[in-house]
Amino acid sequence: MNKNIILDSQNVENIITRISHEIVEKNYDMDDLCIVGIRSRGDMISERIVKKINKINNCNLKSGYIDVTFYRDDFMSNLGSHKIGPSNINFDVNNQNVILIDDVLYTGRTIKAAMDEIFSYGRPGSIELGVVIDRGHRELPIKANYIGKNIPTSKKENVHVNIKEVDGSDGVVLIK
Amino acid sequence: MEAKHLIGLEHLSIEDTAEIIDTGFIFRDILERPIKRIPTLTGKNILNLFFENSTRTKISFELAEKRLSADVTNFSASSSSVKKGESLKDTIQNIHSMKMDCVVMRHPVPGSCYQLTNYVDSVVVNAGDGTHEHPTQALLDMMSIKEKFGKIKGLNVGIVGDILHSRVALSNIFGLLKLGAKVRVCGPPHLIQRNIQELGVSVTYDVDELIEWADVVNVLRIQRERMGVGIIPSVREYRDFFGITRARLKNHKKEIVIMHPGPINRGVEIDSAVADCDQAIILNQVLNGVAVRMSVLYLLLGNNELEK
Repeated sequence: MNKNIILDSQNVENIITRISHEIVEKNYDMDDLCIVGIRSRGDMISERIVKKINKINNCNLKSGYIDVTFYRDDFMSNLGSHKIGPSNINFDVNNQNVILIDDVLYTGRTIKAAMDEIFSYGRPGSIELGVVIDRGHRELPIKANYIGKNIPTSKKENVHVNIKEVDGSDGVVLIK
Repeated sequence: MEAKHLIGLEHLSIEDTAEIIDTGFIFRDILERPIKRIPTLTGKNILNLFFENSTRTKISFELAEKRLSADVTNFSASSSSVKKGESLKDTIQNIHSMKMDCVVMRHPVPGSCYQLTNYVDSVVVNAGDGTHEHPTQALLDMMSIKEKFGKIKGLNVGIVGDILHSRVALSNIFGLLKLGAKVRVCGPPHLIQRNIQELGVSVTYDVDELIEWADVVNVLRIQRERMGVGIIPSVREYRDFFGITRARLKNHKKEIVIMHPGPINRGVEIDSAVADCDQAIILNQVLNGVAVRMSVLYLLLGNNELEK
């Protein structure tokens, strides 16, 4: 196994700061905006984005996280995510502009599952997507609105976004 | 999850037991959402095979199955070919030919669910087999205890009633001991197995002593069909000696939690005032029942697929 560090902790921090600014720039009405992270790691990234936006705009954004395991079409063959965790959305998503946050955008199946789950809480006004890494190979017509970095990969490779809270330090690693 | 079927808690590992309960809490959250249905078991066929009357368990299983988006088929013995003399094995093999992914069975004969696993490839879930076990009831009881206390280990749990004929009691004993609780049973001496201490439980014939000792008391239903056949002389006598009454609870300083698997005989094993008070978590148990059954089906049917 060959590990290549593509982004270091400063790069990741810069990406999160930039995405936060992009969100603020694009969404003027913070009252109808909410940020939802996809477990695991997307929830922690989204938490950081929320903190930054709150600071930039001096507001108090609604935020939450979801575990999409139950909504996946491939949950039975997806050994890695078999350990499930809770979801936490404690606000009304009806007519809200929801921004989903995840670490890596790959096939798009996680995002489809996340959208299905959001709809089980209500009917949002819109859903957008922000990711740290877009590695290509989409299997569904899904596209991110906020992208940290595009990294072309082969299907045999694996991209890991490491987050301080669980992995000890921030960074992005390409595993061949 | 390691287990392939849920036949009883006796042979279920500690890890599996804890996993079912913990996953149950996640499903409990889903039950609070506006849309309570998740697509997880789409395309799975589940058969509810009930050879004995049941309202609560059957509805609870059916709801759990529907909320996981499984396809549900119901079978009850009273309206089937069993009446025409078909054997259990034949009924099952016919049903098996219809390619079911999972069979949820209640049957009056102890061990019938285990026997079923020999005839079918499907996942088998025991919804009560005679006086043997009723694992999902015990799992929901334990989930309700964990919800209330945040733990199970170290708690004193009393079970009062007809222990001898109760599959709920037996499953609770196996499960609670496994997760580190202490269990004491209480009831008329002839309704408690003679060597029940060998399972690791203690016995008392004094309900006041039980209430004094326990953090939780699980009150079993006194089955009216057993009244007047020489087992219990009368409803009033039972209430006097073993009924959980307001007056009895007031005599003890500690506020204990009251559970009941239902259906309740108000004024027999439990007073109306007790069943409706804040100490009782009976309706919580019902909600947790759906969640824990979703958890069981999710973990078993998910598992099955992983191995193929």
